[in-house]
Amino acid sequence: MSDVVEKTLTALPSLFDSQTGAAKISNRLKQLIKSITELTSKHDEESLIKQELSAMKEQVSAPSTSMKQMREIMVRSMYCEMLGYDASFSYIHAIKLAQQGGVMEKRVGYLAVSLFLSEGHELLLLLVNTVLKDLQSTNLIEACMALTVVAQVFPKDMIPAVLPLVEDKLSHPKEIIRRKAVLALYKFYLIAPNQVQHIHAKFRKALCDKDPGVMTSSLHIYLQLIQESPDAYKDLTGSFVTILKQVVGGKLPLDFNYHSVPAPWLQIQLLRILSLLGRDDQSTSELMYEVLDESLRRAEMNHNITYAILFECVKAVYTIHPKAELLEKAARCIGNFVLSPKINLKYLGLKALTYVVQHDAKLALQHQMTIIECLDHSDFTIKRETLELLFRITNAQNVSVIVEKMLDFLRSCSDEHTIIHLAGKVAELAEKFAPDNSWFIQTMNDVFSIGGDLLQQDISNNFLRLLAEGSESKEEDDQLRLYAVDSYLTLLNGDASHLPQRFIQVMSWVVGEYSHLQECVDQSEVIRLLMKLLEQKSVSSETRVWILSALTKISDGQTDLILELAESISSSQDTILRQQAHELRHLSLDSKLHEWVLPRGAAWDDMEVDSSLSFLDGFVSEALAAGAAPYKPPHQRQEELCEQRALNLEPYSFSLPVSLSSCSITDRHSPTLLSVSSGLSGNSTELSQKAGASTLILEGVKRVWGKDGYLPQKETAVTASPVDEPSAAVQPVGQQEAAERLEPQPEPSTQTNDKQQLASSLFVGLSTQSSTSLLGKSEAPPPRFRKKPRPHGSSLSSSSSSGTSEKSSSSRTSHNTTDSFLYGSLLEEEPAGFDHTPKSITANGLGQNKDVKEDRRTNTSQILGSDMVIVRPNTIQHNPSTSSDLTTLLPADLKDLPHSDVISLTSDPSLSVSSCRVFRDEALLLVIFISNSTETDIRDVAVQLNCDQLETVSLRGNIVDCLEGRSVSVCHYALLMDDPHTNVSFTGSVSYQIQPGHTNTLSFSGTLSTADFIRPLVVTTDEYGKLWLSLSHDVKQNLKLLTDAGDPLQTTLNALKDTLQLHIVDIIGSEGIVACRLLSGAPCLLHCRVNGSALAMWLRSPLPALPDCILYHCQRALAQH
Amino acid sequence: MIKAILIFNNHGKPRLSKFYEHYTEDTEQQIIRETFHLVSKRDENVCNFLEGGLLIGGSDNKLIYRHYATLYFVFCVDSSESELGILDLIQVFVETLDKCFENVCELDLIFHMDKVHNILAEMVMGGMVLETNMSEIITQAEAQSKMEKSEICAFLSLCRPLSFSVPDRTGRRRPGLLELQHAPYRPSRT
Repeated sequence: MSDVVEKTLTALPSLFDSQTGAAKISNRLKQLIKSITELTSKHDEESLIKQELSAMKEQVSAPSTSMKQMREIMVRSMYCEMLGYDASFSYIHAIKLAQQGGVMEKRVGYLAVSLFLSEGHELLLLLVNTVLKDLQSTNLIEACMALTVVAQVFPKDMIPAVLPLVEDKLSHPKEIIRRKAVLALYKFYLIAPNQVQHIHAKFRKALCDKDPGVMTSSLHIYLQLIQESPDAYKDLTGSFVTILKQVVGGKLPLDFNYHSVPAPWLQIQLLRILSLLGRDDQSTSELMYEVLDESLRRAEMNHNITYAILFECVKAVYTIHPKAELLEKAARCIGNFVLSPKINLKYLGLKALTYVVQHDAKLALQHQMTIIECLDHSDFTIKRETLELLFRITNAQNVSVIVEKMLDFLRSCSDEHTIIHLAGKVAELAEKFAPDNSWFIQTMNDVFSIGGDLLQQDISNNFLRLLAEGSESKEEDDQLRLYAVDSYLTLLNGDASHLPQRFIQVMSWVVGEYSHLQECVDQSEVIRLLMKLLEQKSVSSETRVWILSALTKISDGQTDLILELAESISSSQDTILRQQAHELRHLSLDSKLHEWVLPRGAAWDDMEVDSSLSFLDGFVSEALAAGAAPYKPPHQRQEELCEQRALNLEPYSFSLPVSLSSCSITDRHSPTLLSVSSGLSGNSTELSQKAGASTLILEGVKRVWGKDGYLPQKETAVTASPVDEPSAAVQPVGQQEAAERLEPQPEPSTQTNDKQQLASSLFVGLSTQSSTSLLGKSEAPPPRFRKKPRPHGSSLSSSSSSGTSEKSSSSRTSHNTTDSFLYGSLLEEEPAGFDHTPKSITANGLGQNKDVKEDRRTNTSQILGSDMVIVRPNTIQHNPSTSSDLTTLLPADLKDLPHSDVISLTSDPSLSVSSCRVFRDEALLLVIFISNSTETDIRDVAVQLNCDQLETVSLRGNIVDCLEGRSVSVCHYALLMDDPHTNVSFTGSVSYQIQPGHTNTLSFSGTLSTADFIRPLVVTTDEYGKLWLSLSHDVKQNLKLLTDAGDPLQTTLNALKDTLQLHIVDIIGSEGIVACRLLSGAPCLLHCRVNGSALAMWLRSPLPALPDCILYHCQRALAQH
Repeated sequence: MIKAILIFNNHGKPRLSKFYEHYTEDTEQQIIRETFHLVSKRDENVCNFLEGGLLIGGSDNKLIYRHYATLYFVFCVDSSESELGILDLIQVFVETLDKCFENVCELDLIFHMDKVHNILAEMVMGGMVLETNMSEIITQAEAQSKMEKSEICAFLSLCRPLSFSVPDRTGRRRPGLLELQHAPYRPSRT
């Protein structure tokens, strides 16, 4: 090739000399490429490119270089970068080119920028203005380029700058611009979902765009959104089905066809969306049966792309609620795939089978022979996929065969990723289905020796935990352990130098822990083997530590050998080894201590860790008495440092007007400053704690294997957190309130099957009793014992320390299938959409439902029953045939609290389920009404509520013995949100029996938003200032300012206060400060400042996600005004 | 989502690399090398999908590639993309290149990398498939280069002979990428 190229290229210059400038420009690149192709060695190439780069460097900085030349240089440096050479000097020039050049230069400049700079590169800041200018440009090409670059490289913090402009582009007359804008917004959604929450309605508009291309782009967004929360978009199912029908029916313009298949990529996308929507949802699935059938039928042409559609179809059919007829067709399709001679289709067939076997294992049986053939296929990918399939169909009978196949494959495999992946699966299978001990140990040995040090840590951890924890029968456990010890001793007797480190670690732990079980082997022999291992050069120092601790465990009675060993290691370079050697010597000299520290066979007993370091209390008080400075947490030290500083070094730091300066609101300083200051004022107490920590290590000799050992102690640390934390002042924990709640413990009722509920309510009480600081987070007691509902802001029964609260005995249940009903407040509707949250809160005082005056006949007294403890649910006579006012059924004490409207969740012929949210100060109460719509009694009604992201505690009424005809039972759940999520969906089910023995289940689901969990935080301006400084996570954004009436700031803040439960602390001039808290106690502070026509909002909170969530709700609230 | 698009020749020389996720310079080079290593050792009669490769592999990513004459076109995608769909997207890409360059060959990609990038930008934006319609892609790419056209077309026409018949080292005339495929479209690779 080079000959001809050379000739042509040498001829070029003469040709072009008289031609245009562009020819000359391209010339340099040609020369470069030509000379590269002539070179033979990598080294030559390197030096040539280095030369070229330095020449370019000179050229770019020369003032005489024209834009055109610059453009050519950019292309050359792109080429060099692609080859892997650093051309970072040209980055800034790429930005310049994009900024200053004409359209052509711009294009190269933007291209270079998107290739050179990645998200987060600091130079990108210089691009913002250019992009802004181009986004506003009337030139389509410029706008396109700007959108492309925005979607490629813009980081999270730069999105707000361009967001409004990109948003505007959604209504641009040109479809290409709209399409690109949609994709850019999708990219923003991926990077920072909360920033684009407010334009969900516009996404709907894009979906309905008259241009199919724009609609196609919007599907990217919907696929993602539906993946995240399918329930929120069920209402779109019909639209997607219609679109797919039209596409399949050939209604799109012809140029969307690809090899006479109408818009295949669009079809694939739609099928994926439909399968997500129809999963576990019969009514939604029914909508799509017809179109799926149609797709299956149409896609029979013999084209690659039709197979792609078929494959998606088959997956969809198996994902949604099953329909026999479709399943049959899909199974036939899979058969065609698997049996196809085309290897790509075979691969997809296997993939489909892997997916399908979970639903229908028989299908795999049909294709047994093909699968076995594929197992020996020459193609690595096919083999791997087959093993994946086998993994899915493994059971106790076929485990040894399948594992054998997998191990064979592993031995011949060289790809690290595959090894890690498959070895994990083998270990999983071995653990699940092992037929006997020897097989299990042998298989695990294989896994460890093949997987080696690539294996994930938890494989060895799980294995050791399994050995240590054992099962019920001690005898069996010991047999397994004995077998392991035997097998390892044999291995160690052989050549151990080739064994992976991870395996040696496992072996030494097992031998150290259990070799005493093997009576016919002398302990000194074991010690000798381990010492031999220690001496090996290939053993890493981490492994040495393992071996040494094993030796420590079995050193009992072998003092001479051990002392010698300890002596030799105590001069080691490695400090940890040295320390261990010392421990070893101590312990071997003092057998009593040895017995106490390392009791035999007790490796798995939980260790008490005093994480509050209370044993240091004496030391601390002594030190304080001796005049040491009390410990101050870092932020306080920093704050003090700030106060002392006369000059504010940060030019752009935030500061409130003078009137507020008294409360010492200062900006947090940069991280470097922070670390310096904490270093400066680190005092003796802190040091002593460090010392304490190291003694702790010495005492806690036992090596803890899993994560479990340490886990339960977490909240002690929280309670013991430094007292003088400024935020503590804000939350005086209501002792009195706690006491008040303690008395009325629900007493055990005589009803039998309420035990579970009783347990949970008892637990709730206990957690209230035990730790006051956690009180805010633990469940609220049954609300009826309160005499009067309190005004909103008065309760501050929460602590700002956002430690994890103990999981109370929340009734966590398995996942229930969700029904299509939702009352999700976050469902993005077209402007006419409803929003239940804000209005219901504010309007509730004005009297609840006006529509029907329902007879609330009896039994209200039962609910009110002054001090009587009712564990039995309240059953209220009620006539559901007329539209009911269920709010009247709320217990009287709840009725006065702010609550939402009653929303119907689901219903079937016999039961209907509705819910109402009651906003209590300590928790969100979810009141679920179960009404019997039949005349007959319904027995054994049990409600289960499930939500992974919330803490749920059933307060009462979740189990009812008998629900009489036409009556309603009320059950309460208290919900708390620990980690903020913008919206959380819950699922639940009601199981009941109409006829004895036949249990029916009715599922329901719904959505809650952060707004439900937010309560006002009443603080003074002073406290606010202190708290502000102590918070670490902040978010800033500009919001809409309501200017319709009076003082815009006041109006806006009031609007926010009305919809969200916020507390306006103070308004000073053009700035306002607002505070609220999450129910679990974490505060969120908002600082608002009028900035032109916008409201600059700055939020801070100890929880990283909380500001985002609150910001989102603020945006919504203002948008609705 | 598409994570990366790589084109390299039979010797592993990169001809185009576009990453839609951030990697360091070194990692990118390593990915190119590793991908070439993985792809090049595969026979002609195996499937076009490949899992694994620690860097780009991880989690649920996979490589989907096609081999045309001297070039490998490799797309690295995650599980949200349809395998066969991407396979045909590569075909669309190559056919588009073929139309834009009239019988495209490796040299076109080298000499006009900016143009190839621009065409690609019309197909895939920020990792998402933007357009699959060939004529639409060409229209957009051409619209952008119209202004350039006036300057460059003279040069392009002179360049053309290069791509038509460049013999390789053995002296054989090297056909264009798509010439090997007799029909404009065939599902299996050449």
